[in-house]
Amino acid sequence: MSVDSVFVHKMWNDNELSKMVTGGVPFPMLSDSGGRVGTTYGIYDADAGVETRGRFIIDPDGIIQGFEVLTPPVGRNVSESIRQVQAFQLVRESKGAQATPSGWKPGKMTLKPGPDLVGKVWEVWKTSMAFDE
Amino acid sequence: MPEDFKPGCARPTGGPVGDTPVIIEPESASARKEEQKPMIQVGKKAPDFTAPAYIQGKFANVTLSEYLGKWTLLCFYPGDFTFV
Repeated sequence: MSVDSVFVHKMWNDNELSKMVTGGVPFPMLSDSGGRVGTTYGIYDADAGVETRGRFIIDPDGIIQGFEVLTPPVGRNVSESIRQVQAFQLVRESKGAQATPSGWKPGKMTLKPGPDLVGKVWEVWKTSMAFDE
Repeated sequence: MPEDFKPGCARPTGGPVGDTPVIIEPESASARKEEQKPMIQVGKKAPDFTAPAYIQGKFANVTLSEYLGKWTLLCFYPGDFTFV
């Protein structure tokens, strides 16, 4: 979503993005001219008249589970967004019984918060696990 | 004379120059601003909206709540053609 019109979205997709992604952008390219949606989400820069790089993870119940906002010159990390969605999906499937420690990604250990784990995380989880190998 | 500018990753925009104009806001406008205060918090509902969209060769109105039941990523960006 940006403040551009759907006509500009079409030009950008058809003339540039479709040359990077086969078949073009597969999801809706939303237009928010006037920035009203961006204002509601707190990412509209009224001085510049544009929206900043805000990204919101919304779960199947319509609840915001996470967000990230960057200023214009730095692009996002799509892999990190996907990792976060995978982590939230795991937590949701376990109905909150499991939690994903720092640096978790699919295949890495999760933690089961409870009375027995209090003060004992250091025994089962090492800081090296927070990083990619 | 128009001066060249270097295109960056924010959509180029202009603005008023010279003395800052005094803007007297009617009361209703400031009340509206109050209403539009960001209400974003993790663990809270994502504000619903409808917006026009370009989707694979077609124009259509999209409503966020149509995506209930799915994991959804809502991404904002400064503008088309802004490089990154």
